[in-house]
Amino acid sequence: MTAAFAVSGLCKRYPEFALQDVDLSLPEGQVMGLVGVNGAGKTTLLRLLTGLAAPDAGSIEVLGHRLPEAQVAAKRDIGFASEDMRLYRGRSLDWHIELVRRIYPAWDHAYASELIRRFDLRPAQPLGGYSHGQRVKALLLLCLSRRPRLLLLDEPTTGLDPVARAEVLETLADVLRDEGRSVLFSSHNTHDVERLADSIAFLHQGRLVAHADKERFLDNWRRVLCLGGGAAEVSGWPELAQVRAAGSQVEIKVRAWSEDLPQRLSAAGLSVQRVDPMALEDIFVTAVRTGGAA
Amino acid sequence: MHSDALILLSAADSRPMYQQIVDQITARVMAGDWGPGQPLPSIRELAAGSGVSVITVKRAYEELERAGLIHTRHGKGSVVADRPEPARGRLEGELSQHLRRAIDVGARLGLDRSALHHRLDVALEPTPEPALRSKGTDS
Repeated sequence: MTAAFAVSGLCKRYPEFALQDVDLSLPEGQVMGLVGVNGAGKTTLLRLLTGLAAPDAGSIEVLGHRLPEAQVAAKRDIGFASEDMRLYRGRSLDWHIELVRRIYPAWDHAYASELIRRFDLRPAQPLGGYSHGQRVKALLLLCLSRRPRLLLLDEPTTGLDPVARAEVLETLADVLRDEGRSVLFSSHNTHDVERLADSIAFLHQGRLVAHADKERFLDNWRRVLCLGGGAAEVSGWPELAQVRAAGSQVEIKVRAWSEDLPQRLSAAGLSVQRVDPMALEDIFVTAVRTGGAA
Repeated sequence: MHSDALILLSAADSRPMYQQIVDQITARVMAGDWGPGQPLPSIRELAAGSGVSVITVKRAYEELERAGLIHTRHGKGSVVADRPEPARGRLEGELSQHLRRAIDVGARLGLDRSALHHRLDVALEPTPEPALRSKGTDS
């Protein structure tokens, strides 16, 4: 199977920040969610994949094209949308559609019309009068209607109201119907990632600290509530990301769950009261606070 | 869209998403909405229709297959098993297992039979709608 993208040994240095030694690939037809705090390197990685920035070291292949050499060919099949992309405020959506349509012959007019209806956009109005959410939707429409084989989306739902966010997520879910299309999106909204992504890539301080299929990633983590006095004894165990005691209650966040853990905890003097799966949000915050190891 | 390809997922539900899908499909089969031999929506169709990732639906289908509730024929998709009774048996087994575990935990808490009965009654009471949980850091 062709990879939607594959990078290896990727490095990009800026004066204040460096993306270091990233190896990552996405099989075609899958959705990858990119998570990390601000400044973790998500946007840098996306820009490198679009060919907007050149790497200092390492290789980048997108849909079988090597970047930056085969940039022109790769760009035909890549759709990139990010907040800092500017639309012409004095021009209408119709005008933008005409512009993009002339550059990309694969433009799907029927789909664009459907998205105009679904996003409830006024195509003749100058974009200067659009709200932030409407501009985000217009940008996505321009990107999606080209039917690109790889969608690169930087924070597609940030700053949207809940209704607009649901519309955007439903539209992204539609892309899943076609197994030839792939998506890489970054988001602060871990719930969006948890829902839509097949795999999760977790960047922290410019390094890729975890990359796994989402189900496996979530399955590794558990929140365990115990009673007893053994907190100090278990706090150094490598599979436990965090151990907090409040009186005789002990809360443990487990980063490498195994079925025999409750038994071992009880041998250490902790009686397990309940074991719960963890939401990606909780995993993310725990991993960042405990030094980024996921 | 085919309403069959819609699974109603909730972010406020503490069960993992794949488990919510397993439980809803099981409920539909048990309720007779989906009879033996009925084709299930394809994994991609269900994923796109419900706004959930392909891998999550795939995992749910694998669990349903293991439980004997559906059959997957390679390249032809999945259908509801001819005799979903074994699946029912399995659910019965699962229920007994949960009850045994509840009894064990109750014993550790020092609850007697009537206290356990009471706890079950309380748990069966309809709970108020959970408050909307705030998610994410949209600014």
